[in-house]
Amino acid sequence: MRKTVAGLMAGISFMFACGTSAQSQELTIFWAEWDPANYLQELVNEYEAETGVKITVETTPWADFQTKAFTEFNAKGSAYDMVVGDSQWIGAASEAGHYVDLTEFFNKHKLNEVMAPATVKYYSEYPANSGKYWSIPAEGDAVGWSYRKDWFEDPKEMEAFKAKYGYDLAPPKDWKQLRDIAEFFHRPDQKRYGIAIYTDNSYDGLVMGVENAIFSFGGELGDYSTYKVDGIINSEKNVKALETYRELYGFTPPGWAKSFFVENNQAITENLAAMSMNYFAFFPALVNEASNPNAKVTGFFANPAGPNGDQYAALGGQGISIVSYSENKEEAMKFLEWFIKDETQKRWAELGGYTASAKVLESEEFQNATPYNKAFYETMFKVKDFWATPEYAELLIQMNQRIYPYVTAGQGTAQEALDALAKDWNATFKKYGRQ
Amino acid sequence: MATVVMTSLDSKSRAASRGLSDIKIRNLFIIPTILFLIVFNIFPLIYSLGYSFTDFRASTNAPATFVGLQNYRELLNDPFIWANFAITAKYVIVSVTGQVVVGFGTAMLLNREIPFKGLITTLLLLPMMLSMAVVGLFWKLLYDPSFGIINYALGLGSFEWLANPDMALYAVAITDIWMWSPFVMLLSLAGLSAVPRHLYEAAAIDRAGPFYTFFRITLPLVAPILMIAIIFRTMEAFKTFDLAYILTSQPTTEVISIRLYKMAFQEWQTGRSCALAYIVLIMVLAITNIYVKYLNRVKER
Repeated sequence: MRKTVAGLMAGISFMFACGTSAQSQELTIFWAEWDPANYLQELVNEYEAETGVKITVETTPWADFQTKAFTEFNAKGSAYDMVVGDSQWIGAASEAGHYVDLTEFFNKHKLNEVMAPATVKYYSEYPANSGKYWSIPAEGDAVGWSYRKDWFEDPKEMEAFKAKYGYDLAPPKDWKQLRDIAEFFHRPDQKRYGIAIYTDNSYDGLVMGVENAIFSFGGELGDYSTYKVDGIINSEKNVKALETYRELYGFTPPGWAKSFFVENNQAITENLAAMSMNYFAFFPALVNEASNPNAKVTGFFANPAGPNGDQYAALGGQGISIVSYSENKEEAMKFLEWFIKDETQKRWAELGGYTASAKVLESEEFQNATPYNKAFYETMFKVKDFWATPEYAELLIQMNQRIYPYVTAGQGTAQEALDALAKDWNATFKKYGRQ
Repeated sequence: MATVVMTSLDSKSRAASRGLSDIKIRNLFIIPTILFLIVFNIFPLIYSLGYSFTDFRASTNAPATFVGLQNYRELLNDPFIWANFAITAKYVIVSVTGQVVVGFGTAMLLNREIPFKGLITTLLLLPMMLSMAVVGLFWKLLYDPSFGIINYALGLGSFEWLANPDMALYAVAITDIWMWSPFVMLLSLAGLSAVPRHLYEAAAIDRAGPFYTFFRITLPLVAPILMIAIIFRTMEAFKTFDLAYILTSQPTTEVISIRLYKMAFQEWQTGRSCALAYIVLIMVLAITNIYVKYLNRVKER
């Protein structure tokens, strides 16, 4: 009997030994399902070849990403060692202790100098200006525009445009031109439409689109350090910006009331629209002839300036964080040390990832590598983002509730929508004792 | 009869020879089920009732503090929540009425001697065997204003089924009717075939017209089983989520379960969403109770 027990115990301890040693050689990174995640998998395969540590990039569709990640965090689950989490999660995840504090790591490697300033500010630091860091900028991203060069450069169109608007047809310099060009190309009888914009209200699609207008019109969503929103979110500039966005909706293809990045790339590939708003992360698919029959005639431009010359874009992108409940935190740290090396960042950019490394971004080589890299470089130094407070999801849903009926159905006015939103946000901030 | 089976076990059976008594066998079957129900249904139900009186958020480590009826008070004063309930009520009425009309109509058509009756019935049942998510994705394509086959077939040009805030809810209801009418049809067919032939013969001898026959013989006899179909469909329609979530994101189609989902798993307002879930539960119980009362009265007749 004693022998059997001893044998059993040996067997069990052997199993555990195998289990832990196998685990320490494997890491899991959680991200949303999109092209950059595939590029990251390619990058980490090279890490495996170098070190023998196998890394799997696990993905889930964007619509579930937030829910699935936080369900795992809330359960204190160790399924993911690292997560490439959205910029606005950082408040919620750091306050609740889901992310490992990376301040020491950050300072040791002087990452606030290595990475582009905007990416450090929005992907890594929380609370604002606190000097506490929770992630390493991984995928820089912002909203840019693609357009149909062949439509823009058609001599007949150019002539007709100049006759109608009094200036040359070219990629728009400001939002007024953006509107004019959208109106000019909007021809429902020919099944050609002016513009594709974000309108999906299930997560942050619509809000990102409207932010593009608000920030370039010189507006803000609120004061991120004092939580004051009155007179800021419902400012005159923001009202004008929202009205312009509503006007642009009139030049979109039919049924454009639930569109996000997939639909907006389709607008270009399916010959639907002259211009289309999208994250830079989706532009590699537009220069690839396998996924875009119009690849050769697709051009790109940065988000145009507003009426006062302000030019900003809504920030997308994510930083990579270590999950507090991971059983392989040390191994994950080692991976991050490798990830921030200059040559890794360069390789990351080559594979199609959008590095946040300032050195790589500024290099000629990077800027000339694709037709959109220059616009990306310009944009990444003038981006702004949504609230990153732990209750950002409520703020996001309130914004969707207030502006969606106005933008897509013309219910009420822009002023009414934004005044109501200011009231909602005030109530929310009050509830959490922020004001 | 049932009690006889329960109290005596055949002494020659294998179970008896292994020393199992009927009580033991009964416990063997019932106890795991009851345990399962307690762990997965009753315990969470009571636990979430407790949470509904707190400001608990599952996404933070902050302890839950008792806030009394604040969650309920705020929810019942929130105009958006009332809009969600109004949308849900409209959806339930449109969708269930449509299913009963189409389902019962189809059952009447099938309740006669026609060739390939079995095959036709089976084919008609296919929609309800599909997954909700798949149906939603397919109908999204069918409704598409640029290339959807519905606009093409009806000659509607680029009519926006899902992007039009007034139409979107009906578009979702039409999909639901397409999917679940077969269920009503199946139950109605069972009811119809149980109506004794001699009643119709008697009516024919009395020269009763088709309407008279329908309202005085067919409908009253099928009513109990039809009521069961309506109860099931109402409960399902009340908690509908997948179809509306996949097809469109219009505020005019945000039924209460979608709002609940957003509150619980996007905003992580766990306490408040528990309260909302309880409000929904009470409403469903009330509606079902009314139906069951009515069903009992119909059966007594």
